[in-house]
Amino acid sequence: MNDAPNLNPHAAADSTGRTLTEAEFKARSRRSFLTGLGGVAAAGLGWRWVQGRPEADNIPDVLRSAHELNEEIWRGLFRDGAMAPTFDFNESSMMRVNGRHGIREELDMDTWQLVVLDDDGSALGVHTLEDLRGLPQEETIVEHKCVEGWSHVVTWGGPTFASFVNAWYPEQANRAFVGLSTPDREYNVGLEMPAMLHAQTLLALDLQRAPLTEEHGAPVRLSTPLKYGIKQIKRIGTIQFSDTQPENDYWTVRGYDWYAAL
Amino acid sequence: MTERIAVEKHRRGNRWMHWLNFPLLTVMIWSGLRIYWADLRDPNVLGIGSWEVFTFFPDFINEPLGLERRLARGMAFHFSFGWLFLINGLFFAIYLSRTKGWRNFVPNRSDFRNIGPLLLHEIGLRKEAPPQGKYNVMQQLSYAGVLFMGFLAIVSGFAIYKPTQLSLLTTLMGGYESARFIHWLVTIGFLAFFVIHLLQVARAGFGNFWSMVTGYELIEVEAIGSTPTTDDGSTPAEPPTVDENEEVLA
Repeated sequence: MNDAPNLNPHAAADSTGRTLTEAEFKARSRRSFLTGLGGVAAAGLGWRWVQGRPEADNIPDVLRSAHELNEEIWRGLFRDGAMAPTFDFNESSMMRVNGRHGIREELDMDTWQLVVLDDDGSALGVHTLEDLRGLPQEETIVEHKCVEGWSHVVTWGGPTFASFVNAWYPEQANRAFVGLSTPDREYNVGLEMPAMLHAQTLLALDLQRAPLTEEHGAPVRLSTPLKYGIKQIKRIGTIQFSDTQPENDYWTVRGYDWYAAL
Repeated sequence: MTERIAVEKHRRGNRWMHWLNFPLLTVMIWSGLRIYWADLRDPNVLGIGSWEVFTFFPDFINEPLGLERRLARGMAFHFSFGWLFLINGLFFAIYLSRTKGWRNFVPNRSDFRNIGPLLLHEIGLRKEAPPQGKYNVMQQLSYAGVLFMGFLAIVSGFAIYKPTQLSLLTTLMGGYESARFIHWLVTIGFLAFFVIHLLQVARAGFGNFWSMVTGYELIEVEAIGSTPTTDDGSTPAEPPTVDENEEVLA
């Protein structure tokens, strides 16, 4: 290899000016060919390896680990003061109905109640709709986002989850997680406490300034611009405070990210 | 009297990061299209008014690529390989600034003046190619453009990924929907670039393509004063002149 003056006909800004004899070039070509072949083989094998990994909740375990690593990164970076952009009421409108999991049975308001459980599953309290209406009512006009890609500006109304906790369960605020289920227990979600206590996280009673319709989650659902729609459970029947991450999460076991944070 | 020597054309770092980027970007586009597929109720359509020329994407593209009903996996691949794409891009940016390689992509005044002559040469109306640096002005613009698209893909990607935590970034992108559209347009841009890039590489010949693998390309040089170089291949006293027929494209 010679350090000749730049022989490149079209001088490159980053040129080293290195040259090889034809014989050296041929030897290098052979080496490069083998390196390239090795690279293609490694990429192909790596790809097959990922696809062939045992599944953890419906996706290859390495991808599940990547989700969990991402969760660690973004939980570390989480800023409680970060707010989702808000909009004017006239920019919001009724959104589509996108799933009936957990609300297929007709809602029976005579039997519906909001049950609150402790970490060990023991009952802490039971609430009526009037209880929730009695808390300070907030309105958030935010963009609702679905994992499918669509988004829709909607107006939510109801108490913040933080005010619900402050009113009746202040000692539960230092639990790490909250698990929420529909009355039939078909649909379950788990969220970390910082997201639940965020100022834009509501126990929503109203959509577009009218009481929730059944298909949108009457009588109370979760609304938070910190999470995708899959976490914003409809028709909440049970709220459980817990120190460990709730095991049941409808879409997590079906291959989605547990954290699902925006 | 001519001889052949190999001159270094692409530095090691440029080659490695170029080739690493190819599978990474492929995985990003493929997994991204799985995510895009999930909201086909509202596909992007190319057309004028109600005249729809092309819907992105028709079944004959979605089906064989396995894009249908794979949203969860699409997201899992996208949010893991995205970091690798970002890391490779960051290293490339640092490398380009350290080696001054970025200057190869930035046209100067004379490069811009040569656009006309270059186009005439390309279509065969002008015999000689205008003078250029490592790349001609069209290449400079397309490479600079694709690098910028990489930057835009990452920025708009984060704006979509964390629109609440990074709401400022999302606002800068014109909002969530706008960030999504930019992200999608960049993807189409990458695909278009890929086609053009392949055509240009095919036109430039195998020696040019192979130089992206080995780093070196063989060129014919005129031995000075017809004096053969020494057998041990030592450096000629002066830089030999270069065969003008040698074209460097792509």
